Amino acid sequence: MITGIIGRKVGMTQVFEADGTAVPATVIKAGPCVVVQAKSAATDGYEAVQIGLVEDGPAKVNKPTAGHYKKANVPPTHVRRELKVAPGGDPLKAGDSVLVDIFAKGDRVDVIATSRGRGFQGVIKRHNFGGGAATHGSMFHRAPGSIGASSFPSRVVKGMRAAGRMGADRVTTRNLRVVGVDTGEHLLVLRGAVPGAPGGLVVVRRAVARKPDPQPQPEKKRGKK
Amino acid sequence: MKAIETVEQPHLTTRPAMRSGDTVRVHVKVREGDKERIQVFEGTVIGMHRGGARATFTVRKVSFGQGVERIFPLHSPTIDKVEVVRSAKVRRAKLYFLRELRGKAARMKEQKRTA
Repeated sequence: MITGIIGRKVGMTQVFEADGTAVPATVIKAGPCVVVQAKSAATDGYEAVQIGLVEDGPAKVNKPTAGHYKKANVPPTHVRRELKVAPGGDPLKAGDSVLVDIFAKGDRVDVIATSRGRGFQGVIKRHNFGGGAATHGSMFHRAPGSIGASSFPSRVVKGMRAAGRMGADRVTTRNLRVVGVDTGEHLLVLRGAVPGAPGGLVVVRRAVARKPDPQPQPEKKRGKK
Repeated sequence: MKAIETVEQPHLTTRPAMRSGDTVRVHVKVREGDKERIQVFEGTVIGMHRGGARATFTVRKVSFGQGVERIFPLHSPTIDKVEVVRSAKVRRAKLYFLRELRGKAARMKEQKRTA
């Protein structure tokens, strides 16, 4: 059984629950995907599937890649990703389609995507440094401060956090709740935010470290005033 | 239809055509323990904030001399119904200037509108 699907972030909105709670929601156009290659323990040493995201029109690919797609007898796609398979269910073959119906309302999923690039940022924004006081004679505002000792070791230790390019990293948001699935339009609605800009590529997979759902707290008995 | 609209569609409700300057009675469902009752908030709409399922409107009233404003999600299921009681002639979309005005100065000329 496949554990995930490729999609694109569409944007955010809010949906209402029956009790009137407004739930912040991210809409993802997930799939339709096709299996480009099914990897097995016998031939590849591990079980996985490589799936491609079907978008309008086939992708322009070079000859080796075209041959790879031809083996599965599917048109080339712009995006391919490998996903793990869970034991159970029918084993997927090359050419099979993977649709958003692998998820149901109430499931927990992880979303892997590339965060928005923020450019060259200082240490306060990039590494949550505290910074100094703005006033009261302080001359230390947003600088990183000391980056190490002097004659020993006479160098800056590796991994010292400093200013630099921020964002555009692979980010995994875990344990998002599925609040809606639209199989007709291939839409997945998740509670909460997802890394990246609208139109960005996302991989949605079954949550690997699922937390228990929050239980409703028993209402406190209110005493007479 | 765009994907976001497809998701929002089932959450949209039909509300009367309101606009800034209207006096409305908002029937809000209030839960107290297991019981549910209706509370009415009556006041002037001083702004509509559009945006599909995220649309809200702000209602202002003066309660015991104290100005009170409440922002309601337009399509919230906690709103039982909205009645438009009176419409007034206003020349701007956001009536935030009413916050500075009291009593007679905060009156607005009624306008009969055929909805």
